[in-house]
Amino acid sequence: MTAAVQGTPHVSAGAAMWKRFRRNRLALMGLVIVGFLMVLAILSPMLAPADPARQTLDDKRMAPGIKYKLGADEFGRDIASRLIYGSRVALVVGLVSVLIALLLGTALGTVAGYLGGGVDEVVMRAMDVLLAFPYLLLAIAIVSALGPGLANTILAVGIWATPAFARVVRGSVISVKEQEYVQAARAIGASTSRIIVRHVLPNCISVVVVYSALYMASAILLEAALSFLGLGIQPPTPSWGLMVSTGRDYLVIAPHIATFPGLAIAFAVLGFNLLGDGLRDALDPKLRT
Amino acid sequence: MTRFVLRRLLAMIPVLLGVVLLIMVTIDLIPGDPAALMLGQGATPEMVAKLRASLDLDQPLPVRYVRYIARLLRGDLGRSVREGRRVNTEIADVWPATVQLGLAAMTLAVAIGIPVGMMSARRPYSLLDNLVRIVSLAGLSMPIFWTGIMLVVVFSLWLGWLPAGGRGSWYHLILPAVTLATPSIAMLARMTRSTMLDVLREDYIRTAQAKGVATRGVMVRHALRNALIPVVTILGLQTGQLLGGAVLTETVFAWPGIGRMLVRAIFARDYVLLQGGVLVLAVTFVMINLLVDLSYAYLDPRITYQ
Repeated sequence: MTAAVQGTPHVSAGAAMWKRFRRNRLALMGLVIVGFLMVLAILSPMLAPADPARQTLDDKRMAPGIKYKLGADEFGRDIASRLIYGSRVALVVGLVSVLIALLLGTALGTVAGYLGGGVDEVVMRAMDVLLAFPYLLLAIAIVSALGPGLANTILAVGIWATPAFARVVRGSVISVKEQEYVQAARAIGASTSRIIVRHVLPNCISVVVVYSALYMASAILLEAALSFLGLGIQPPTPSWGLMVSTGRDYLVIAPHIATFPGLAIAFAVLGFNLLGDGLRDALDPKLRT
Repeated sequence: MTRFVLRRLLAMIPVLLGVVLLIMVTIDLIPGDPAALMLGQGATPEMVAKLRASLDLDQPLPVRYVRYIARLLRGDLGRSVREGRRVNTEIADVWPATVQLGLAAMTLAVAIGIPVGMMSARRPYSLLDNLVRIVSLAGLSMPIFWTGIMLVVVFSLWLGWLPAGGRGSWYHLILPAVTLATPSIAMLARMTRSTMLDVLREDYIRTAQAKGVATRGVMVRHALRNALIPVVTILGLQTGQLLGGAVLTETVFAWPGIGRMLVRAIFARDYVLLQGGVLVLAVTFVMINLLVDLSYAYLDPRITYQ
């Protein structure tokens, strides 16, 4: 919008954003990592050198080499293949839980911010309650009651991330609510739902996009942590956190079993962190760090 | 100031009531009969009924809630299902170990994170700054349970310098503290850097420089003091990270703290012990954030409390 005022009417906001994003080398690196992970996840069956579940007991704990690029695990399964399939678990848990948090948080934040008053008070106090739990403990409390597994892990991670989205959306709704164009829409008789959908929510998109990328990183870490503790994804599903956990028993004779899955987690989390940072800088130059 | 503290304390009450409610109702999420599940297979129906009654599980939710709060107000967290010991005693036994670990990690985070962030902000986009930015991003991206395991492999198994687990001498503290501190060091370095960069753009910094104040003086006396407020906020939030991260760190290093107790409670299905532990950690976190709010007054005299 400012670009148009400054006399470059053909540059859309999206193009300006992409221009800023493209100049940021670290952000591009994040985009490449995330793209790479998505390809791995989608094409796992084609890219994995072996069946991730096939056990070759003679090759138990074999060190990385020609037969197994990243070695074999405690059952003689190919670690590289398990890492490739593990990207599916990480991305599915990340995407679905962030989607839950995004929808729930945006809905709660919009209602609280737009309606204000008692509704705002109740919703935000409820979010404060969720935020009062130190990192990991809310998810642990949920999963320990519901039981481990993919669906419950996703739910726990999603609930954990919801207050952050609610808070940031509420903030941006409040800042937009009193703008003249919203008052104008109200004055000509637009309904509340129309004002929210057409005028208020579009202003929250950039902040929600940035949070989504950054919370993908956190969600992948949280899933890995829950699975490491034995509370998340259950064997034999190849989850990176779970693989680190089983590798712990063989640190003396076969440290590679725990090493590579941890690198995979760090790599994926780094990718989403870089992407999120880059998006924040590109979407909102004021927030640049 | 007294009124502000009182107001903040009062505002905490609904949050704490909500925390207690949430912790209490997690038990209702358990599929089946929680009492039977907690006691395991060898339990007789009489034992199950007795436990159910003692946990008020046969009461309607509001009654249960009021009784639970009443017990908490008397400082009673109940008895662990497995060993029958008081949860208060169980937590008192493990609490010092967690506090020691948490304080050590926090000290490392402040002592390393803040100076590194300042050095980084002195010459933005220099070689040093780029290095700090990349290393700190890596520090934030590594899962701490894995960081801990890698430190054990290198420093305990290969080099044999430090013990791989347990608690005893100061040597035992080094690896767990470094592990737990890693993400916080990275976070503090990043925050310090970015707030310092913001502050360094201010007019009064240029004035100080123009007056001929040495760079060191400008950085510490003029910039750091003003950059510290957002950093302190992050520090408060990081305590949540540390308390939760303690669960992972204590598991990796067999550190006899509350985190390991919680994991043990989960696998023993001892929900009374679990609830007590989670409650203590959540209340601690809320209290620390209150202290952070109050410390603003000291750091920034412009803030007034109505």
